[in-house]
Amino acid sequence: MEEGEVFALLGPNGAGKTTTVEILEGYRTRDAGEVRVLGRDPKDADPAFKSRIGVVLQSTGVDPYLTVAETLELFGGYYPNPRSPEELMALVGLTDKADVRVTKLSGGQQRRLDVGVGLAGDPDLLFLDEPTTGFDPGARRSAWEMIKGLAGMGKTIFLTTHFMDEAQYLADRVAIISAGRIIAQGPPETLAGRDTGDTVIRFRLAGAEMLPGPVRDAAREDGDFLEFSTANPVHFLNELTTWALAHEVALDGLEVVKPSLEDVYLELTGGGEGP
Amino acid sequence: MSNAALVLRQFRFTNKAFWRNPAAAFFTFAFPLLFLVIFTTLFGAADITINGNDISVATFYIAGIAAFSVITACYTNIAMSLVFARDLGVLKRVKGTPLPGWAYLAARMLHAVAVALLLVVICLVFGMLLYDAELPLSSIPAFVVTLVVGAACFSALGMAVTTIVPNADAAPAIVNATILPLLFVSDVFIPLQDPPAWLDTLGKIFPVRRFSEAMQQVFFPGAGSSGFAFADLGVLLIWGAIGLGVAVRRFSWEPRR
Repeated sequence: MEEGEVFALLGPNGAGKTTTVEILEGYRTRDAGEVRVLGRDPKDADPAFKSRIGVVLQSTGVDPYLTVAETLELFGGYYPNPRSPEELMALVGLTDKADVRVTKLSGGQQRRLDVGVGLAGDPDLLFLDEPTTGFDPGARRSAWEMIKGLAGMGKTIFLTTHFMDEAQYLADRVAIISAGRIIAQGPPETLAGRDTGDTVIRFRLAGAEMLPGPVRDAAREDGDFLEFSTANPVHFLNELTTWALAHEVALDGLEVVKPSLEDVYLELTGGGEGP
Repeated sequence: MSNAALVLRQFRFTNKAFWRNPAAAFFTFAFPLLFLVIFTTLFGAADITINGNDISVATFYIAGIAAFSVITACYTNIAMSLVFARDLGVLKRVKGTPLPGWAYLAARMLHAVAVALLLVVICLVFGMLLYDAELPLSSIPAFVVTLVVGAACFSALGMAVTTIVPNADAAPAIVNATILPLLFVSDVFIPLQDPPAWLDTLGKIFPVRRFSEAMQQVFFPGAGSSGFAFADLGVLLIWGAIGLGVAVRRFSWEPRR
């Protein structure tokens, strides 16, 4: 990972995301291999190391009987250079909940408080383990904006998720993990050859017989649709549409698509099922 | 921050959360006082003899409930609150911060001792005002030492018992099952008069009766005694050391389910 980067570890449930992130955080020890976090082996995590990382675990871990402001004050005090509770509340959008006890917060608000607690020590590196699991779409969107904002402040963020759109939206780089192994990594735009892979063209037409030769030969039937994969969509579409105009064929439901991150993911992880 | 300042700061927040938690505040704080009032009212008029002193059962209960207060605040309260915090992920979260684990536990222990002390003082004042109980001046050093040794022993055992509790649902059952029977046969709730030999032996093995009788020694020292029950305090220290050993080796900061 680079400094200031948002890195997403993407994988189905049970793929080893949490195990990986907990090894990096120093909670678990690895079975084999080499691990370096901020130039250190996290298994020897000491207070100096812990004061440079922020951790947001999958489940909430704060006292239910303290208020939002008290919780942030308490955690800030563990660090040498804390952020003030006011600053943290503004950052995670809980300013109007300052004096509300944790028990009275909604699930989304508790999660935001979790992130605030993870940021209390003004860490260089922030771990977010499935930060939006269980959120409704609105809450997810505002959590994303918050994480984008943190990235804009120059924080390095390590994020795990099983949501494609989350990785796509937030991450500079994505690694896909399945059954404990990283099976692909790269920027979300080019992951596993997304950018260089074939373009798929589909439209509705009963039978390929009438199509011109080069187009006809590439056709696959998919129900009412014909589907084509091509490395050269411009050329292909030119042939197709020239023919269609000349013969006044409508090409109902015409689609031109690149493989989505989801397609890549499903292909790589074998349909998205955990091992 | 110095270590002491870290612990005191953590203590402040622990204390704040404690009084806002209705279950903790009731079972740890109100419960012993309820028992004190009920027992002294129902059984207080009779007389018994302890260490050659003829005393009313009411004053027996001042010592008994003082011991019970320390056991509840330290053993039961520490065990329950640690298991709940463990299940909620609070312990795991704290472990990910620069706060040393021992400082967190020390603050919990310090808080338990403070609650115990408050309860013991209330028992004492209650006894003095209503039943003419008194703490002999010569017993004050023994009083302090007995409290400290008892609180340390039961705090260590409270931490140790969390290692056999799988989750918060099981906590009340396991914690109460390990302490309630002992409280009934250990000269705490019921004055122990000529117990059967096996019960006598049982009481001498476990720490509860050792502590309640050390407390009686403080309140009713008998002729020539300074209130120190050295043998009882020794057994308490051994139990405390065992508890600490188990806690240090097997204490878990993560949920166990």
